[in-house]
Amino acid sequence: MYWDERHETMRPEELEALQIRRLRETIERVRHVPFYRDLLAHKGIRTEEIRTLDDVKKLPFTKKQDLRDGYPFGFFAVPLSQVVRIHTTSGTTGKPTVVGYTRGDIDRWSDLIARNLTMIGLTEDDIFQNAVNMGMFTGGLGFHYGAEKVGMTVLPAGTGNTRRQIEMIDDFGVTAIHCTPSYAMHLAEVAEEMGTDLSTLRTGIFGAEPWSETTRDDLEDRLGVTAYDSYGLSELYGPGVAFECPEQDGLHIWHDSYLVEIIDPATGEPLGPGERGELVVTPLVKEAMPLLRYRTGDITMLLEDDCPCGRTRRIARFSGRVDDMLIIRGINVFPSQIEHVLMALPEVGDQFMVYVDRNEHHLDEMTIHVEVKRPYFSGELADLARLQQKIVRTLRESLELRTAVQLVEPGSLPRFEGKARRVVDRRTAV
Amino acid sequence: MAENEFIIRQISVFSENRPGRLAAIAHALEEERVNIYAFSIAEASGFGVVRALVDQPERAHARLSRDGFNVAFTDVIAVRMRDEPGGLYEVAAMLGDAGINIEYSYAYSGPAGAVLILRVDRPEEAINRIRSAGKELLSSAAFH
Ligand SMILES: [Zn+2]
Repeated sequence: MYWDERHETMRPEELEALQIRRLRETIERVRHVPFYRDLLAHKGIRTEEIRTLDDVKKLPFTKKQDLRDGYPFGFFAVPLSQVVRIHTTSGTTGKPTVVGYTRGDIDRWSDLIARNLTMIGLTEDDIFQNAVNMGMFTGGLGFHYGAEKVGMTVLPAGTGNTRRQIEMIDDFGVTAIHCTPSYAMHLAEVAEEMGTDLSTLRTGIFGAEPWSETTRDDLEDRLGVTAYDSYGLSELYGPGVAFECPEQDGLHIWHDSYLVEIIDPATGEPLGPGERGELVVTPLVKEAMPLLRYRTGDITMLLEDDCPCGRTRRIARFSGRVDDMLIIRGINVFPSQIEHVLMALPEVGDQFMVYVDRNEHHLDEMTIHVEVKRPYFSGELADLARLQQKIVRTLRESLELRTAVQLVEPGSLPRFEGKARRVVDRRTAV
Repeated sequence: MAENEFIIRQISVFSENRPGRLAAIAHALEEERVNIYAFSIAEASGFGVVRALVDQPERAHARLSRDGFNVAFTDVIAVRMRDEPGGLYEVAAMLGDAGINIEYSYAYSGPAGAVLILRVDRPEEAINRIRSAGKELLSSAAFH
């Protein structure tokens, strides 16, 4: 079922024409922001010369730091009287990033979320528990408005008081829940303690944190839901930018509202379908805070195949942040790629460390340390050597890079609380 | 494989090639008062397997596992050799003639004579060959 069939299934030629028209409108809107006005004037970019999607490359990138520098309202393209809501994203350092919405923005944003919810089969007959922070964070109100638009019965549950949340699910017959994957894990644990199987719950929407296929299996099993990945960014409205369909194989990103580019984060060069890089987005319908070529810092790729559901082109599930990227002999490597490879190998543990060195020939060398799981130790050296070779081979196939693998004793690698620091780059500048 | 009284459990311990690992294993066994009859170390790139024939394999396995080591039992056989030139050749040739592959072996020599520890691909057959040639095999009853 579609919420907006025309836009969700638009043919490529028609979509491109719409994107170009909206891109030009966006360029006009950003000229109300001094940052862009000066930048475009300096580069001498006239709106009329943007004729094809390829011309987007003439436009400047926008970085997170630019938005921070504009604190608080420097990136608003409309007077504050037209801004009906403000959200912020907390930064780890310094001031938060401020995002603003006109009435039209709120409407369009809610509409995108309604598309997502309808896409996974939710209707006005569903009871929706929105178990995320309702404050300045965009995830709460974003989903609230979208779910109301669909006509669902919405519970703005927020976070915390988990036992009460579970009682609500059971007492109100909640059928769908939205929360972070880590909170979902916690809910599952408490529900098990309370001895309920949450029998009415069928759909789980998880976002705001990266989560793996292993977590999906776990959550689907323990909560009795079908789990969908939700992607968004406050700078691009919030959640609703991209979402999994029932195929659960990549996320549909709404191309009529977001112009998508995948670039090599090191060089800024465009990458084609099937090539992993940084997602760069030019929102096409934002009014209060239009942006050009926003560098999300998130790593994904355009998928080559068409989705059986008939919607427009998907992107892959996200695999890490640009900040974590390593360049080894000119090849971009993300620790999350290594993690995915290792997680698929039952013989090794979840922990790993990556050491990067530069050898005497000035070549980069990457060594990955992994623990051998106890049940897989046969006692034979030959079996260990075979395992080592298997890991090297699997990594080479996935990373397209030769790496060294060191087998280490179980429990010997560091365990991380919070953000893991698994990469030790010992290269010295050339 | 049927229980065979001549199949002995060797302790195999996964160990990284870094200083102090062998000492840690030896120290743990000393604390457990486990006696090591013989051991050998097989190395690959960056790691190795410490193989040991001990008087109390269960006790050694439990302690080393508790200490965090990756430990496994490996079936081996132990043949008494004549402690004189040609003793090793005699056993090796006998198995070679029978087409039995020796994956690895190590030996110890003490007051009670020399013992050759063998990891072979077909232990039952090796046991039969060795016994019918009148050679003495150590019984697993000596290890507990
Ligand atoms: Zn689809």
